[in-house]
Amino acid sequence: MTRSITLGQYIPGQSFIHRLNPRLKILILVLILVLLFLLETFGALLASLAAALAMFALAGIPFSYLMRGLRPIFYIALFALIIYFFFTSGGVVLLRIGFITVESEGVEQGLFIVARLVVLVLFSLLVTLTTTPLSLTHGMGYFLKPLRYAGLPTEEVAMIMAVALRFIPTLMEESQRLMRAQLARGADFETGSIFRKAGNMVPLIVPLFVSAFRRADELALAMEARGYRIGARRTRMHEDIITLKDWGALALVLVLVALVWAFSL
Amino acid sequence: MAAQPSTIIEAKDVDFYYPGGEDADSPALSGINLTVNQGEYVALVGPNGSGKTTFLKLLNALLIPTHGQVLVKGISTAVESTLPEVRRVCGMIFQNPDNQLVATTVEEDIAFGLENLALPPEEIRNRVFKTAALLGLEKLLSQPPHLLSGGEKQRVAIAGVLVMEPECILMDEPTAMLDPAGRRDVLNTVRELNRNRNIAVIHVTHFPEEAAGTDRVVILNEGKLAADGASAEVMTDLQFLHGLGLQGTTAVELAALLRQDSFPLPPQILYNRELVDSLCSLGQNS
Repeated sequence: MTRSITLGQYIPGQSFIHRLNPRLKILILVLILVLLFLLETFGALLASLAAALAMFALAGIPFSYLMRGLRPIFYIALFALIIYFFFTSGGVVLLRIGFITVESEGVEQGLFIVARLVVLVLFSLLVTLTTTPLSLTHGMGYFLKPLRYAGLPTEEVAMIMAVALRFIPTLMEESQRLMRAQLARGADFETGSIFRKAGNMVPLIVPLFVSAFRRADELALAMEARGYRIGARRTRMHEDIITLKDWGALALVLVLVALVWAFSL
Repeated sequence: MAAQPSTIIEAKDVDFYYPGGEDADSPALSGINLTVNQGEYVALVGPNGSGKTTFLKLLNALLIPTHGQVLVKGISTAVESTLPEVRRVCGMIFQNPDNQLVATTVEEDIAFGLENLALPPEEIRNRVFKTAALLGLEKLLSQPPHLLSGGEKQRVAIAGVLVMEPECILMDEPTAMLDPAGRRDVLNTVRELNRNRNIAVIHVTHFPEEAAGTDRVVILNEGKLAADGASAEVMTDLQFLHGLGLQGTTAVELAALLRQDSFPLPPQILYNRELVDSLCSLGQNS
């Protein structure tokens, strides 16, 4: 059971998108998001949707992941559509129900906003599906580096994140073991109201916390024994190399942004 | 052969009090003098609370003696600036394999110590791959630690220490949480490193069989050195062991009972094999 725990939503692969440098991948994502907000025409938006779908195919990500990723925004999209359809006026009246009218301007804008939202989520999803949580953490850590000059211990924060990622499966295993132990003692995690259920979780959460603190204590000792020192300079086994391909991808996106801006596509 | 094996660890009149401990007057360790040479395999034995783990932590500079000093290759553990070198020379393996692996993959965990030394990535990779090959961990390199068995986790921890090219490995009950197969794996690995690479080992253990398999046994009791000698001598002194609440190996315990029943067995029986051989020869003679 615990073997199937996946961290984050990473899907292993060897595609070009998988191997893109995580730092640049994040930067490119930000640029693409900017690009999406600059777009003004349906044609350009459809082109970007096609591009997103093509990249999913290139990364070898099954279609089901794509749908699952879009599910959380379904209600937001629906809500936006309703608001735009019924409350934006202008253009030709398409439908009249009593005093409520649906006008062409509203339909157009609503569809545009929702389409933009979908493409935006798709691109973000692509990044989280093709990058390990650890790489993402390191990538984000890189952009936080300037905060170091403001006195924020960014390297240490990155280490904390990495250790947390390492211990998620271990603590999941432990919570399952604790749950079985408490079930054997007659605990009930299934029935009752939501408050009752929450109350019943206490005998699970308290020992889990105690054990997590004990683990943290031992881990700190082990890290110290292996020469870890806060504030000391460290190197990394896997260098964060930015290749020509990475720069190429970045350049391409920059050109696209410039084109969209220049010709207000 | 070198005439004089060089000293790796030297503890001189070491006292240790836990700061802010419950009984500040009673030391966790007192008056410890101990020297460990290159390539020695030492078992550290004693009842619970006798100070074994505390002593081990003193050797790795996780704790600093209250009085006296600990020298690792002549370097005092109390000096802040040489800490990285002390910890490189003396690597430590803990009891719980889960709580000493830091990174999300095996290879990055083995690399952790080298990363702390801020070595160039190229060299880190070379050394990690070499060490992994030595311990037969090549196939596990990209695995996350939680998918490994207990024995594998402990071998990864050993690799993480070995990659630092240590001269002494400190082990705090490394097999206590493992199944028999994992235990055998870990013990064989350490044995080989000790023999082939001349790495000294200090091994805290509650298993009489593990202690009997070493060159030298040191017994701690209530924070004091109670015995220090060849394992064949210390581990066969059953009266002494029982007096401290410790046990001998199965063969030693059985041999003692057989002697009570007036079987004329030789005094230095340590292993099951020896006991069986002696009994067989007794049977043939009578």
